[in-house]
Amino acid sequence: MCCTGCNSDKNLRKFEKVCEIINKYDHQPNKLIPILQEIQKEYRYLPEKVQSYVATSLGIPPARVFGVASFYANFALKPKGKYVVHVCNGTACYVKGSTAIVDALYKKLGLSNEKPTSDDMLFTIETVSCLGACGLAPVITINGKVHGQMNAEKATSLIDEIVTKEQNNDK
Amino acid sequence: MNTEKFLTINGKQVEFNAERNLLEVIRKANIDLPTFCYHSDLSIYGSCRLCIVEIEGMGVVTSCSTTPKAGMIVKTHTDKLRKMRKIYLELLLANHHQGCTTCEKSDCCKLHDLARRMNVTAVRFKCAEETKAIDTSNECLVRDTNKCILCGDCVRACSEIQGIGAVDFAYRGAKATVIPAFGKDLSKVECVYCGLCASVCPTGAITPKNHIERVWSAINNENKKVVAQIAPAVRVALGEMFGLEAGTVTTGKIVAALKMIGFDKIYDTSFAADLTVIEETNEFIDRKTKKGKLPLFTSCCPAWVKFAEQYYSDLLENISSCRSPQQMFGSLAKETLPKSLGIDKENLYVVSIMPCTAKKFEAKRPEFSTDGNADVDVVLTTQELGKMIKQAGIQFNDLMPESLDMPLGFKTGAGVIFGASGGVSEAVLRYASEKLTGLKLESVDFKQVRGNKGILEKTVTIGDIELKLAIVHGLKNARAIAEKVRQGQCDYDFIEVMACPGGCIAGAGQPVSLECKTKQQRTNGLYDADKMLQLHKSQDNPYVLKCYKDELGEIGGHKAHELLHTSYQSRKRINNEGFSLLGGSGEERLQVSVCVGTSCYLKGSQKLLQKIMNYVREKELENAVDVRATFCFEKCDNGPNVKVGDKQISKCNLDTVCAEIAEQLKATV
Amino acid sequence: MTNNKSSLEDIRSYYLQKAQNFKQRVIVCAGTGCVANGALDVYKSILDAIEKQGIKASTCIDSPNEDCNVEIQISKSGCQGFCQAGPLVSIEPYGYLYVHVKPEDATDIVEQTLMNGQVVDRLVYIDPLSGNACPRTVDIPFYNKQNRVVLGRCGHIDPEEIKEFISLGGYESARKAFLEMTSEQVCEEILQSGLRGRGGGGFITGRKWQFALAEKNKKKYIICNGDEGDPGAFMDRSLMEGNPHRVIEGIMIAARAVNADEAYVYVRAEYPLAVERIRKAVADAEAEGILGDNIFGSKFNMKCHVMEGAGAFVCGEETALMASIEGQRGMPMPKPPFPAQKGLFGKPTVINNVETLATVPLIIKNGSSKYRELGTKNSPGTKTFALTGHIVNTGLIEVPFGTTLREIIYEIGGGVTDDKGRVIENGFKAVQIGGPSGGCLTKDHLDIPIDFDSVKEVGAMVGSGGLVVMNKDTCMVKIAHFFMQFTQNESCGKCVPCREGTKQMLSLLTDIVEGKADSETLDLLESLAEAVRDGSLCGLGKTAPNPVLSTLRYFRSEYEAHVLQKRCPAGQCKALALPEILSGLCKGCGLCKRKCPVGAISGEKKEPHKIDQNKCIKCGTCAEACKFNAIVGV
Repeated sequence: MCCTGCNSDKNLRKFEKVCEIINKYDHQPNKLIPILQEIQKEYRYLPEKVQSYVATSLGIPPARVFGVASFYANFALKPKGKYVVHVCNGTACYVKGSTAIVDALYKKLGLSNEKPTSDDMLFTIETVSCLGACGLAPVITINGKVHGQMNAEKATSLIDEIVTKEQNNDK
Repeated sequence: MNTEKFLTINGKQVEFNAERNLLEVIRKANIDLPTFCYHSDLSIYGSCRLCIVEIEGMGVVTSCSTTPKAGMIVKTHTDKLRKMRKIYLELLLANHHQGCTTCEKSDCCKLHDLARRMNVTAVRFKCAEETKAIDTSNECLVRDTNKCILCGDCVRACSEIQGIGAVDFAYRGAKATVIPAFGKDLSKVECVYCGLCASVCPTGAITPKNHIERVWSAINNENKKVVAQIAPAVRVALGEMFGLEAGTVTTGKIVAALKMIGFDKIYDTSFAADLTVIEETNEFIDRKTKKGKLPLFTSCCPAWVKFAEQYYSDLLENISSCRSPQQMFGSLAKETLPKSLGIDKENLYVVSIMPCTAKKFEAKRPEFSTDGNADVDVVLTTQELGKMIKQAGIQFNDLMPESLDMPLGFKTGAGVIFGASGGVSEAVLRYASEKLTGLKLESVDFKQVRGNKGILEKTVTIGDIELKLAIVHGLKNARAIAEKVRQGQCDYDFIEVMACPGGCIAGAGQPVSLECKTKQQRTNGLYDADKMLQLHKSQDNPYVLKCYKDELGEIGGHKAHELLHTSYQSRKRINNEGFSLLGGSGEERLQVSVCVGTSCYLKGSQKLLQKIMNYVREKELENAVDVRATFCFEKCDNGPNVKVGDKQISKCNLDTVCAEIAEQLKATV
Repeated sequence: MTNNKSSLEDIRSYYLQKAQNFKQRVIVCAGTGCVANGALDVYKSILDAIEKQGIKASTCIDSPNEDCNVEIQISKSGCQGFCQAGPLVSIEPYGYLYVHVKPEDATDIVEQTLMNGQVVDRLVYIDPLSGNACPRTVDIPFYNKQNRVVLGRCGHIDPEEIKEFISLGGYESARKAFLEMTSEQVCEEILQSGLRGRGGGGFITGRKWQFALAEKNKKKYIICNGDEGDPGAFMDRSLMEGNPHRVIEGIMIAARAVNADEAYVYVRAEYPLAVERIRKAVADAEAEGILGDNIFGSKFNMKCHVMEGAGAFVCGEETALMASIEGQRGMPMPKPPFPAQKGLFGKPTVINNVETLATVPLIIKNGSSKYRELGTKNSPGTKTFALTGHIVNTGLIEVPFGTTLREIIYEIGGGVTDDKGRVIENGFKAVQIGGPSGGCLTKDHLDIPIDFDSVKEVGAMVGSGGLVVMNKDTCMVKIAHFFMQFTQNESCGKCVPCREGTKQMLSLLTDIVEGKADSETLDLLESLAEAVRDGSLCGLGKTAPNPVLSTLRYFRSEYEAHVLQKRCPAGQCKALALPEILSGLCKGCGLCKRKCPVGAISGEKKEPHKIDQNKCIKCGTCAEACKFNAIVGV
């Protein structure tokens, strides 16, 4: 009972927030990107229904909203894991072996480029073009926190740490 | 001054004046530079890179995006350019579905044509392996993204001309694709099936749906009597598929061909158009003289009707209740022909031959069926008819013209000019002026309502009555006018709307042609056909008058209404369930859905939604009630709309909703 | 200034007076690199250590307890450039620079340096070449070979303190432009300086401004392009993080030059700190009355928006960037019309790169002739580079145009390293300049004075300034493959050559590195690359083939080895590897045999083992497992 109550409260709050965001940008179609960015902060991805709602509110076709949402790499069309791991694949990181890190993480979590999020919704592994921390190559970030001078072992042990932490939380 | 307006193309001096870009200048110089993404009616896009030229001092540029300047030295087919074009075509072919021989578009595919013209003899690149699903979800259009070359013509046509944007680019890079929102099928989104996308598509990625087989099997079914109606615009375009000049009127040959194919009777949609003129003009005069709801929008164009139902549900009462000529014909045929042909109604098979893809949708509207028997059984496009004729091996050009069957094959010129933008208005004026003044028209032509302008505004004085007309084609223009009407910013009496630019002659079912000239020729063909006929005013059609006498009774009367009129409903633009906001785990919970679509939103539905949720929580009804935000109950003029269980409440407030919830909950207990 | 806001002079004298109180200043580098290495913990522990000693320190010059005897100021700075050695802590007035500082070093820093003025020896940088200790920034070769003009205060001042920026003469150039110069004069000055766009193309900035100025439209826009997407480049990030007001000042001057009253700063979303700093800088400048209405009492107004990108490299292209601001897919439009004629929302628009705009105040302040003292004739001034890859000192550097690659790599960068980070003699193979639009240069180019034109002549591009050094173990075909993968991923998909061409180039390169190519592949690759270069719609597509073309030009034999001999000279391409067990070294321990996932290794115990090439999948597991380094070629 409590749980569903909280859940619906959450849904409502998110929906109200969406309305607030759209109002804040005065329903302007040219603010579509910041609107989607802020909405994504609420939902952590862009649910189809929310995109439709945005289209209606801005008076633009839903296909256009979807076109924009699917164009930019930072918009997620599917829910992401609790921990989003970005492996930098910029030039500096590449020449210093970022590919091995991606491979190791994929292997460890049974993921791939096509399936970047683990079934338990704990991890999403993505490669990004450059995080601009080339001085520390190879670099990964976990939920925005930068970890520099990585290698496959260090990266997988970071994953292990999180898994352990999560298991302890469950208990 | 003019002496400065010269540039050099392949060593030859070429004069230029008002051409918008270098490509047009080059075409004027009789060089047909290849392109996929350039359309004179659409914005410059510059993606196909085939219209590249070399200009001294500028290097390789696309001519479509280059402004001509005096003194430019342009070359159009240097070795470098030829190699580049060839590589680009190879690249496109490598990413293109390879089943060219079985493609709907095989005889008029631009990719095919250009590959041949540019002498592409092999594709040296790896070909795409993955096949994506084909969208056959609707009656009108088939979308096959495997054949899409991403020129964006359809995207721009849909948004720049029709103002809809039902398809758009999605994703990017090699994954880029053109799809409806969220990759849904066309039938699930706001597409009005005008088919403009298919007309501009250079390949077979969007094509009109082919229903030839249905017709063949009806013809080969001994029990069926198969009759055809031919829309006005068909007769001026079909010849193009057999090498005739656009605009050549081939009605007689079409009749002959249809007979050879095995049709039993061949009639003319123009007959029904004459009926439409009479019904619609009377409706119009009635509204005008009795201060009824004006302006009156025409209703012949099914794409426009669907468009209005989606976006202007508050204006539906402004749309003429007249069925389109196709549907008037259908209902009249099914009503009268079984008797006159001596068959059962089930065995009458009505085939329309239309320039239009949306007509296929219109024929399937449930209101145009009686007890599961559709008034029009199948709609063929002009293209499909051409294909059938070719399939049957009929030498179209050598046919001796034959006559249409009576009575439904008799028409006046008014019913013929329906096929061009402005035609309906002119036909209505020809009737209205005589009806209003009681005087015979000396000249039947109302040339002031003809022309290519997207929005044409005219005031016509008939007797002492001033009629303000607007004639629009292209739904983006229609939207502009409808917005004005909605906001009360205009005082038109009558508004003719055609979705296709130029009217039905440019419909998506017509033979593929991208030249502006073709449209003009077809239009001229229709007006010539009008001239050639003996009668030019619908009210003079003796068979129409006889039909009223024998079958329909009074104009606008009960029977006429039953057979010739219809009503409209507001429609969702996109199929979506809405989001569940509140609600516990109770199994069969009462659904309370609050519309948060634009119109309701503006009427405060969002606040209402919050109040309802507060109410539900206060009363601890979470396990009994599921509150959802949803889109559009299709009653936008009466918002805010809320649905409680199966009951829909318009112009809601908190009290009405709460009372309804309480009542329904009580009932279930 | 209006609204009773204090004037620049007032702010300056207020700040300087306040600053006098402080005898010492600790500056912790809080650039992304150092933060990732724990700089914020270092900052905190230094504060704690100071407090433990009972000394008062202030983190903010405006601290309310000004009557207290606070002698030490501690602040965070933007990137100091020497990322390799981070976290960095510098201490004024001594000019000390401590490297690799850890939180546990805080006590020593406080006790020895702050309280006694002594150097903490173990935190001092040791030059690996000479073995000399370099206690002060100026002693370190990485710094003293540079000429940090644009980066200047970046890495020193507190980027979040507008008053400090003003105290150092900040916004003076903007005021000069607004009050003492006409639009034409500003354009002319920038034109005379010869400043060229730092974003890639090297177009002459003054000319761009003049075009926009000539447009009659009343509404005009300035866009600051901070969508620095080149992998291996982070100059703009460092500027926006380290000295955001400098960028704003440049934007204001550009606006003055073309009479624009609205500006957008478009920052890559991957740079959250830069977004935050620029937002704060705009807000602070507005609060001080510097941005807003009646700028410096003139009749000019200006509004500045900050927009975060959404993850599309192509948005670095001007027209795509504008589409993005307009809420569209970031797809480029054909030029002409140029943004200066018809840009954002159809209005004349000037788009300049962050570094370009950050250079502008300098030119207005000192004059164009002074600016021309540095650099070469056609590429005056300095350029920042992100120096990365197989090199000792990675980081952010700034040198005058005309500097050679040799100076950068060996004097500033400290030489080439192996994969483990050790300096190796003669290890240099290539340097990739200009990111995915640039090219790979070889040791033959080490002595070319770098400027826009010289680099272009040899088939590369200064681009935004990424310099990735590659050692002799790098496979150039794989590098080309890497860049092609990048551009292919980032292609917007609009035009045929770029969308389909990069895909097919990638596929051809994949064939090459996987040994599936034949003798025609290279020719096809080359002619395709040329067709993509010559016919693509935007800069991304036009330059996408550069990495391939430049490597084909300078390392063709390496390609040929892959194609004709099915051999990767650098031994990097797995599919071409020929693993071999050296019988002389193999002890027959059998470890490799057990580890091999496909059972390709056979051999009797204590006898040399063998690899069955037909079964081998070239995974390299055996080589990793072998304790005697007996397995080679994989």
